[in-house]
Amino acid sequence: MAEKEYAYYSGCSLEGTAKEYDTSLRLVMKTLGVKLAEIPDWSCCGSTPAHTVDHVFAAALAARNLAIIEKMNTHTVTVPCPSCLTVLKKAHIGMTTDESFKNEVNALLDEPYEGKVTAKSSLQVIYEDIGLEAIADRVTHALPDLKVVAYYGCILNRPPDIAQFDDPENPVAMDKVISALGIEVLDYAFKTECCGAAFGVPKRAMVNELTHKILSMAIDVGANCIAVACPLCQQNLDLRQEQVNQTMGSSFNIPVLYFTQIMGLAYGYSPDDLEMDKLVVGADHLIRSRIPVEEYRKMKEAEAAAAKKPAKAKEMKEEPKETAKAEEN
Amino acid sequence: MDTINLSNKIDWEFIEQVKEESGQNPSLCYQCGNCTAGCPYTNYFDYPVSMVMRLLQAGQKDTILNSKAIWLCATCETCTTRCPCEIDVAHIMDTLRIIARREGKVSEKDIKLFYDSFLDSVKQFGRIYEVGTLLMYNLRSGHFLADADLGPKVLTRGKIHFFPTKIKGSDKVAQIFERFQKKAKRHG
Ligand code: SF4
Ligand code: SF4
Repeated sequence: MAEKEYAYYSGCSLEGTAKEYDTSLRLVMKTLGVKLAEIPDWSCCGSTPAHTVDHVFAAALAARNLAIIEKMNTHTVTVPCPSCLTVLKKAHIGMTTDESFKNEVNALLDEPYEGKVTAKSSLQVIYEDIGLEAIADRVTHALPDLKVVAYYGCILNRPPDIAQFDDPENPVAMDKVISALGIEVLDYAFKTECCGAAFGVPKRAMVNELTHKILSMAIDVGANCIAVACPLCQQNLDLRQEQVNQTMGSSFNIPVLYFTQIMGLAYGYSPDDLEMDKLVVGADHLIRSRIPVEEYRKMKEAEAAAAKKPAKAKEMKEEPKETAKAEEN
Repeated sequence: MDTINLSNKIDWEFIEQVKEESGQNPSLCYQCGNCTAGCPYTNYFDYPVSMVMRLLQAGQKDTILNSKAIWLCATCETCTTRCPCEIDVAHIMDTLRIIARREGKVSEKDIKLFYDSFLDSVKQFGRIYEVGTLLMYNLRSGHFLADADLGPKVLTRGKIHFFPTKIKGSDKVAQIFERFQKKAKRHG
């Protein structure tokens, strides 16, 4: 497979509280033969706060980065954080559909942005550009104890005109990627409910209530792990889980992993490689049963054979026990 | 939720302003309530989002700009995704918040302070410095211990930098702020 190359806009969160998302994504992309090119001297996209100030100003903070990417070899940028992605795409769409908006934005910039960049979420690149077959091909380990729900958060697929990816009400990309790894994924009704986004700091009680709903639903469907693709979702669900327990009287203890960490586990990377120790709610108990796929397959075959035996044994009537033993040896 | 006082006369200029700045047409809204039904924050809003739309049609500038709803909206895009009239409702909320900020009407001071602390970090370093942003917010808001319980969790996991990374082009980013402020002054 020829190596695919993307510019990589990690965004601020992945340098800080979401370091493990960055680390695991890089490892997974390497395994999948994708080259991530660093964007020289990228700056913050401005996120939600800039959008409370002014549309042109917000677009300018984002477009400074688009202008840098435009000068790179590749004009496709992959963005792991849905918030950064939306901001970059909104700026791009605004500037390519409205000439006067483009001029206003460029007037705030040193280097103008001409509108040549395509931005895709990292999940989209993995799901659409790499594809499920290639994802499954690289699997080295089975994770038999994981029961995952995929939680997409509010803006990874919304609004559809901006996200241009998957379904805005019932997205399936993450479910399919994790299933392709041979891991059990459960149906989940709250895939796109909002977790409280950036309000964790100024409106903590509100966020704790919203998060409580999302965690409860995961438990109700029988999940023991939540997969996410957003640093803010991860933070609200994992870092604030104990806050939720305290304020809402619940007793959640469910690990919240980046989907790339789950992929990394299936690709044989160690929990240390994937910085699993950065999770507040640990996932060690779920990972302990991880075994190489070959061994797992043999184990399953043996189990299936053993399950058939009693029926056989009854048919044979004579010396059933000894035959069974002989077979086992 | 209050009873809405519609005795204020219709501010046509305000309606035009929102139309112009958002590129959306609020008069398309037929009050189906779909947006409110899906809004995760509606329990916390003083006026549900469909009512903000109605108030907008009725040109009730002050009620809207003083509402908590426009600040508590998280731009989750649910309303935009589900509006049968294809109004970008979230973008209207965005626009209303921008106008409120411009006119110095901020019903949710803490949220604005949080956003400002965030933007200060961008201006200064070019990127977000999470510790600095939180400290700045705590100082300004007077909530000195906001999220202090999370501190040890974050610290022991090496999830944050103690020092900001300043990008090479941080002055370029600061210039975006300055040019915008100059422009805002000229127009304001
Ligand atoms: S974007 Fe704002 S108003 Fe619309 S559903 Fe989300 S929180 Fe509610
Ligand atoms: S969904 Fe659209 S049409 Fe329906 S009430 Fe909301 S804004 Fe109006």
